[in-house]
This record gives sequence, structure tokens and C-alpha cells, in this order.
Amino acid sequence: MSGADLWHLLFGKLSADALPFYSAIAATAAGVVVCGALGAALLITWLGRWRYLWREWFTSLDHKKIGIMYVVLSLVMLARAVVEACMMRMQQAVAFDSAGFLPPDHFAQLFTTHGTIMIFFMAMPFLTGLINFVMPLQIGARDVSFPMMNSVSLGLTTAGAGLMMVSLVLGKFSTGGWSGYPPYTELGFNPGVGPDYWIWAVTLSSLGSTLTGINFAVTIYKRRAPGMTLFRMPLFCWTALCASILMIFAMPPLTVATALLACDRYLGMHFFTNSLGGNMMNFANLFWLFGHPEVYILILPPFGVWSEVIANFSAKYLYGYRSLVYATMAIAVLSFTVWVHHFFTMGQSADVNAAFGIATMLIGIPTGVKIYDWMLTLFRGRVRFTVPMLYALAFLLLFPLGGLTGILLANPAVDYQVHNTLFLVAHFHNMLIPGLLFGMLAGYHYWFPKAFGFRLDEVWGRIAFALWVAGFVLAFMPLYALGLMAMPRRTDAFFEAAYLPYTLVAAFGALLILAALVSLCVQVWVSVRRRRETEVFAGDPWNGRTLEWATSSPPPDYNFAVLPQVEGRDAFWLMKQDGRAYRTPDRYEDIEVPRNSAMGPVVGMAGAAAGFALVWHIGWLAIIGVLTMGGALIARSFVRHTTRTIAADEVRRIEARWRDAVAASPGVTRDDETTPANRGHAAMEVA
Amino acid sequence: MNRRDDYRRELRAYLTGLGLAVVLSVLAFGAVGLAEGVPGAISRSTVVWTIGLTAAVQVVVHFRYFLHIDLTRSKRDDLQLILFSALIVLLMVAGTLWILGDLRDRMMAVL
Ligand code: HEM
Ligand SMILES: [Cu+2]
Repeated sequence: MSGADLWHLLFGKLSADALPFYSAIAATAAGVVVCGALGAALLITWLGRWRYLWREWFTSLDHKKIGIMYVVLSLVMLARAVVEACMMRMQQAVAFDSAGFLPPDHFAQLFTTHGTIMIFFMAMPFLTGLINFVMPLQIGARDVSFPMMNSVSLGLTTAGAGLMMVSLVLGKFSTGGWSGYPPYTELGFNPGVGPDYWIWAVTLSSLGSTLTGINFAVTIYKRRAPGMTLFRMPLFCWTALCASILMIFAMPPLTVATALLACDRYLGMHFFTNSLGGNMMNFANLFWLFGHPEVYILILPPFGVWSEVIANFSAKYLYGYRSLVYATMAIAVLSFTVWVHHFFTMGQSADVNAAFGIATMLIGIPTGVKIYDWMLTLFRGRVRFTVPMLYALAFLLLFPLGGLTGILLANPAVDYQVHNTLFLVAHFHNMLIPGLLFGMLAGYHYWFPKAFGFRLDEVWGRIAFALWVAGFVLAFMPLYALGLMAMPRRTDAFFEAAYLPYTLVAAFGALLILAALVSLCVQVWVSVRRRRETEVFAGDPWNGRTLEWATSSPPPDYNFAVLPQVEGRDAFWLMKQDGRAYRTPDRYEDIEVPRNSAMGPVVGMAGAAAGFALVWHIGWLAIIGVLTMGGALIARSFVRHTTRTIAADEVRRIEARWRDAVAASPGVTRDDETTPANRGHAAMEVA
Repeated sequence: MNRRDDYRRELRAYLTGLGLAVVLSVLAFGAVGLAEGVPGAISRSTVVWTIGLTAAVQVVVHFRYFLHIDLTRSKRDDLQLILFSALIVLLMVAGTLWILGDLRDRMMAVL
């Protein structure tokens, strides 16, 4: 065996060429990743926190901790994707009549990673994290139905995110866009490792999401507290349920599409090639069978957040609860009837386009119902302009604009004119930023005190909010104009002078967004330093209405010492009204909670190894990775002690500490909600 | 009601299910066999319809007798989920067939 053969056996296609020394920018990015990872590892070692992290976080099966880890993952990925977005906007600002600073190939990698990360590794983990943390508390449960599977989902998602990060250091990522259409991503056009990175990162994360969907749906069906009928659930749980059901049905087409593409690339098959019976159009079909429901997976949980935030900070019952539920269901079903609007121009006949165009427009109706319901909830409420509420108001103003342009695009004749232009980019960012991202940020601000026991700094929250809104408007409104002026999307350079003013404004907007992100970091820093002033251990800083506020902040491992008895909608609010809140139960019982398990991290690491090995054709590592995943699952089924018991005495002690804190905290009125007077015990006011 | 009765009722249900499943399978295979064995005995479309219908009933039989899904209130959640799944799968499969069939026809027309 020659040296080259041996190398190939051990390292596959890896070689020194994989290192990013061909470009200063790529090398810098790789340097940031490597230094960031090393720095984090060193810091943890120096603080001696590995054990703590492993025991308390990575192997934890507590839905609250898993939720928090999801959100942390998504914020890290958000930072990378925003930086990439800024680079693209800078490029388009300077690339008039010149090449700019990014070669076309690099620009293409940027929009591909930006889109892929934003969807799969920012939005999905963020909403999964929020649902994970909040939903079991809201339905009065002690955990999700399958805690171990929850941790495995997190492991798989993190593995995918890890592959995305590794692709910055070793090899080049796909240039095929976040939708990865063949034949461009086929071997013939793209023999490098880029599309393979995309395939395996997306496959890992989609497997994780499928499992998550099953987990959440089962939890909502099976784990509700006594009295919590479906129609007494907080609206966030309804949106979580519908989003989970969408995950269950929408992720498989994606997994099939990427798997078939992998068969083409690895095994010489011809599902999507242009010859030997392949049909690349079926990839578009499969991808958007997933892709459209996906955007509703992304938007429904934020709708739930808006419902909670608006009702809570208006101190009112949600207006039109039932109509909101039915609208959510209608959206969920309709979202499976519209996928063709992503490829109106592929060549099918006008009949097909017309049917799907009309179905698309129909979705505007239930969404419109929701907007009115939220506005009517505000009407005559006791409205407080806290940070989540500010995001909600920005959403109410900006989101319908994006919806309106969506209705325009739903008309195939219009779509023929503006498809593949920046008009589309403006449209979907107008949905995703004010809708999804603001929703996630509102939820983050709203539930942060529940998760960590202290409130986030209001001032920096407002600064970040103002920057997000201004940045969004400046970065994306010009794109509508550019789109109507026919500037194509995914363009790295242009020669039309009329575009320039707009791309300059958009670049400035992107910088404001970067500043908004920095402000969020500063906010965390400031809030942590001042956490004594904003501590809310008593658990109810916003005069909450739903059950998550009926326990301490942070909640104990077991969430509720005694499962709450639900008498109606807005269960905690009713308890406070009838004086049933904070009542000491007659007796406590032992409580079983899931015992830690290394399954999640093990499956995640094995998955990442297998993915990496497949990308670089390292056979032995791929086999080991896959076998480890399967072996771990089998080994786990022999583990008999999967729960740990918290003794009744221990529960009594924990509960007494909390009740004492509640008794010691003065009831705070809504006027003082954001002052240090707020210790997490809300005074009941006459509205 | 004692355990023995329960057991007998269960057993009867499973056996009924098994019997129906066998009959339905035999019908489908029989239709194909007949068409193959005796040319001209039954038309192709009859065969296709027989297979399709027996398959549909087969699905119902499996749900009813093996997975214990019926119309009682306690099974309503499960039934709803099954019907919903059926709806979504139908949308996806029918939509895909329509779209790709249409595309194929249009490409053939050009050739
Ligand atoms: C935070 C501010 C953001 C900025 C400044 C930004 C900017 C951009 C830019 C410049 C592009 C390329 C446009 C082109 O094709 O010419 C792009 C594409 C894209 N963005 Fe964003 N974006 C932002 C946030 C988001 C968010 C929150 C999401 C989703 C959750 C998202 C999802 C996408 C997707 C899917 C693409 C398409 C990628 C492709 O063409 O394959 N972006 N964005
Ligand atoms: Cu769509």
C-alpha cells in the first residue's frame, strides 16, 4: 500500500488544501472559530467547570435546562449568521462596477450558510428551546414525555451546528443556497465537499426536529395537569402543538430529499440528475413540501409568544381565544397546500399555479384574524410598554406589511415578474425578522426571569429594540425597491448605478442590526452584574396569567410540588383571584424526575463524527460513528434506573424556602414592574 | 366482567381481524391471479379497483381490530390524529403526483 493510499484510508479526502489559506477573509473566519472554541475550552478548564457543565447541563434531562441550552446554541449561531449577513450587505454596497472584497464563490457560500444557519440552527433551536422551557410549565407537567429523546434531539441539532462551524475551518461550504437545488448540488457541478456539509448538517438537524416534534405533541396530549383541557391551554401551547405536528409531517420530506441527494452524490444514483431517469424538479417539490410548512413551524411559536405577551402586558384575557386556536389549526393545515408558490416558474401549467396561488392567499385570512384578535386584546387593557410589549407593537406594525407583499407574490403572474429578485428577499425577511426573530426575542425577555431568577436590564433592552427595528427597516425596505428595479438575489456585484443608493442604505441598516446584537450582549452583561437588584425568586414578576408563573424562578427540578388543579383558562390568574395561589398543600409526596444520561452528548458526538466522516469520505470513522449511535440506543434500553427520587422532606424544604420568599416580597403594582421594587410577587390590582 | 371474558372478547376480536385481513388479501391476490391465469376474465381496471378498495378496507380493519381504534370517546384523540395524518399524506402524495405529472406532460408535449 502506498503512502497516498494509507492517507486516503485514514483521512479520506482531507488534505492541507482543505485549510482556508486561499483567502484572508476565510482564514480569519477560521481563526475566529478555532480561537473561540479553544478560548472557551481553556476558560472552562481554568474555571474548573467541566464537571459542572457535564453533570448539570450536558447530561441533564431536565426540559428547562435542555431548553436553555437550545437557546444558547441558537444565539451563538445567530451571531455568526448576522455577521455573514453584514458581510453580504457590505459587499453589495461596494461592488458597484467592481469586484468588491468577496469573490463570487465566497459570496455564494455566505448566503448559503447564512440561510441554512438562520433557519436550521438559529430559528429552529430558538423556538424549540422556548417551547421546551415553557410548554411543560404551562400545561402543569413535570417534564416532557420523553426526556431522554429530548436530550438526543439537542445532541443531533448541536452536531449539525458543529458541522457548520467545522466547515469554516476545513473545506468550503456549499454554494447552492439554503435550498440546495440539484443539479447544481450534484457531483457533476459541485464535486467538492460543500454540498456534503450541507446535506449532513441539515439531515442531522432535521432528524432532531422530527424527534422533537413527536416529543412535544405527545407531551401536550398526554401530560396536561388535571383540569387542563385542550381548550384551557395557553395559546403558546396550542401553537407549540400545531408546530410540533407540522414538524412530524414536514421534516420527513426534507430528510428524504437530502438522503436521495446523498445517494446521488455518494452511490452514483440518479434521483435528481438530468439523465438516466432522474428528475431534478422532484427535489424542488420535496424540498418545498418541507419548506413551506417549515416557515409555519417558524412562525406559529412566535404567534404563541405574541399571544402570551400581549395578553399579559395588557392584563386581559386574550381576545377571541377560540378564534385564535381555530386560526392556528387552519394555518397548520393550509400550510400543506401551498408549497408550489416557491417554484411557480418551474414550468407547470397555469392550472396548477392558480390552485396553489389561491390556496396561498387563503392563509392571509386566519392570519388576519389573529392580528385583529391581538389588537383587540390591547384595546382598553392595562398596557405596559415593557421590552416584550415593544417588540409586539413593532411586530403588529411591520408584520402585516410582509404579509401584504406575500399576498402579492402569491399571484403567479406577479411572481413571474419578481421571483429571484430582492423583492422576495425583502418579503421573507419582513416575515422572519419582525415575525419570528422579534417573537423569539420577546419570549426571551419575557421568560428570562423565569429561567434565571432575575430580570433583564430594561434600558439596554430598549436600546437593542430600537436598533433592531431601525436596522430592519433600513436594511430591508430598500430591497423592495431594488427588487422592483429587477436586482437579482444572490448577486455579488452589479453594474446599475441606480441600485447603489439603496444598497448603501441597506448596508447601513445591517450595521445597525449588528449593533443591536452587540446591545443584547451588553444587556446580558449588565443584567448579570445587577442581578441582585432585579432578583425575582418569588416567581411572578409580570403578574402572570399562566401556570409557569405559579412556581419559583428558577423553578425547582420537579416544577410543581403538587400538580396544579386547573379550573379554567389563564389558570394562575384564576388562582390568584380566588386566593388559591401560593397555598401550602396538605402534604408532600416523593417526586420522581429523570436521572441524568450521557445519551444525548454521546449520540450528538457520534452523529457529528459520522457526518464529518461522510463529508470527507473517511470510511472507518463513519462506521464507528453510526455504530456508536445505534449501540448507545441499545445500551440505554438495559438501563433500569432511569429516574431519581426527590424525597418529600426535600420537597417540603424547597417549597418552604420559596413560600417564605413570596411572603417576604412586597406585592408590586404594575407601575413599579420594572423597578427594583419588583421582587416577583405581584399585587392584585383592581383593573 | 371477569378476566376470562375479557380474554375471550379480545381473542375473538383478533381472530375476526385476522380473518378479515386474510379474506381481503386473498381477494386482491385472487384478482391478479385470475387476470393472469385466465386471459380476458376480468378487465385491468377491475383488478386495479379491487386492489385499491381491498387495501383501503384492509387499513380500516387493521386500525379497528389490531390497533383498537374505534368511534368511542376515549379513542377520539387517536382517531383524529389518524385522520389528520391521512389528510396530510393525501395532500402530499396527490399534490406531488399532480405537479410532476403535469410537468412531465408539458415536457413530452415539447419533444
Ligand atoms: C438579522 C438581519 C439579517 C440580515 C441583515 C440578513 C441579510 C441577508 C442577505 C444579505 C441575504 C442574501 C440576499 C441575496 O440573496 O442577495 C440573506 C438571505 C437569506 N436570509 Fe437573511 N438576513 C437577516 C436575518 C435573517 C433571518 C432572521 C433569517 C431566518 C430566520 C434569514 C434567512 C435568510 C434566508 C433563508 C436567506 C436565503 C439564502 C439563500 O439565498 O439561499 N435571514 N439575508
Ligand atoms: Cu411558502
